[in-house]
Amino acid sequence: MNKIAITSEGPGLDDQVDPRFGRAAGFVVVDLDTMETRYIDNGQSQIMAQGAGIQAAELIARAGVSCLLTGYVGPKAFRALSAAGIKIGQNLEGITVREAVERFKSGSVQMADGPNREAGR
Amino acid sequence: MIVSVASGKGGTGKTTVAASLAAVWGGSLLAVDLDVEEPNLHLFLHPSIEGNETAHMTVPVVDEARCTYCRACSDLCQFKAISVMPQLILTFPEMCHGCGGCMAICPEKAISPGQRELGEISWGEAGTAGFLMGRLRIGEAMSPPLMRQVKAKLNQMIAARGGDAIIDAPPGVSCPAVNAVIDSDVIILVTEPTPFGFYDFKLAWEAFAPFGKPMGTVVNRAGLGTDDIYRFCRDKRLPILAEIPFDRVIAEAYAHGRIIAEVSPELRETFVSLRGKIRDLAECCRPREAVHA
Repeated sequence: MNKIAITSEGPGLDDQVDPRFGRAAGFVVVDLDTMETRYIDNGQSQIMAQGAGIQAAELIARAGVSCLLTGYVGPKAFRALSAAGIKIGQNLEGITVREAVERFKSGSVQMADGPNREAGR
Repeated sequence: MIVSVASGKGGTGKTTVAASLAAVWGGSLLAVDLDVEEPNLHLFLHPSIEGNETAHMTVPVVDEARCTYCRACSDLCQFKAISVMPQLILTFPEMCHGCGGCMAICPEKAISPGQRELGEISWGEAGTAGFLMGRLRIGEAMSPPLMRQVKAKLNQMIAARGGDAIIDAPPGVSCPAVNAVIDSDVIILVTEPTPFGFYDFKLAWEAFAPFGKPMGTVVNRAGLGTDDIYRFCRDKRLPILAEIPFDRVIAEAYAHGRIIAEVSPELRETFVSLRGKIRDLAECCRPREAVHA
C-alpha cells in the first residue's frame, strides 16, 4: 500500500491543487500502485477559527498516507504531519492534482524540511 | 464604581483620559491598565511597583504510556490544542484556552495539568491612587486569560482598600476590549471626530450597547474632522461628557509623558467636570430594587 494525499479544490485528478493545506477544500488520496483515488472533504477544518491545519493533519493521517503534496504548510500542521511520519511536498500550487502526482512519481518533488507559511494563514 | 475607558479605534486618547481622570479623581482610587498587549498607563502615572507575580494557564500534559488513543480529548477540544492521530498524541499548548476539559474527560487519567506562562501582573501605588497592570508575555496570542487574572486581582484590591477603579481598556471591539468593559459600571468611549474615529466609534457602540451599562463619550482632538460623531451621539442619546481640543500643547505634553489634566487650569477643569458627569451617569443609571418587589 503506497498512498499519498494532495490538497485539492475538487474530488478528481483533474481538479486544481488547493494551495492551502489546513483550509484546503479537500484531499484527493491516490493509491500509487493502482492509481485509484478517494476524496476526503475538509469542510469541517475550513470553518474552524483555529487549528485547521492540525485537524487536516489528523484527517490525512487517518487515511494512512505516507506523503502530502500541497502549496503551503504552517508550523503547527508541519509539526503534526512530521510527528505522524508524513512527508511533505510544498509549493505545488497552480497545477492539477494529476500533474502533482506525476511530478511526485518522477522524483522531481523535493520533500520539505520546514513549514513555508506563518501560523494562521 | 468601576469606570472603563474604551474606544473602537486605537490612539484616540484612552490613556490620556484614564491618566487625567486618575489625577483628579480624589478619594480612594485604583488605576488599572488592562491593555495587556501594550500597557502604557504606567508611563504617565509613574507608579512605584510593590509586587508582581507571573500568571499561568493550566494546559494539558499527556502521559503517553497511559494513553489508549481513544480521541475523547481531541474530539472535545474546540481549539485543536490536543490532537490524536493513529498511535500518536500531540499537544499544542499555545492553542489551549485552559478549560480543563481534556483532563476531565480522559478515561485513563493520562492527562495532568501543566502550565503556560501568560504574562506578569504588577501592582503598587501612584501618588494617592493604587495601581495595577498586566503585561502579556511576548509570543502569547491570547490576552483575555491574563486579563481575567488581572481583574481577579482588581477585585481583591478593591475589596481590601475600597473606593473606585478606572480601567484603561485595550482598543478594538473584540474579546480583549469586551473583557475589559464587561465588569465595569460605566463605559467611557473616547473617540476623535475623524472618519476612522467615527467608524470605529460606531462599532464600539454596537459592541458595548447590548450590555445595557451607562455609557458616555469623550471627544478628543475636538475641532478636527466632521460633526458625524455629534449627530450619532444625539440620535443614540449617548451623552458627550467632555471635549478635549485638538491642540499642539496637549500633544507635546503627552509626548513628554505628562498628564493632560496638569497642563492648564482649563484642562484640569475639563477632567474635574468629566469626573462629576461620570458619577452622575453611574448614579442615575444605578439599578434599583423594584418598589413592588
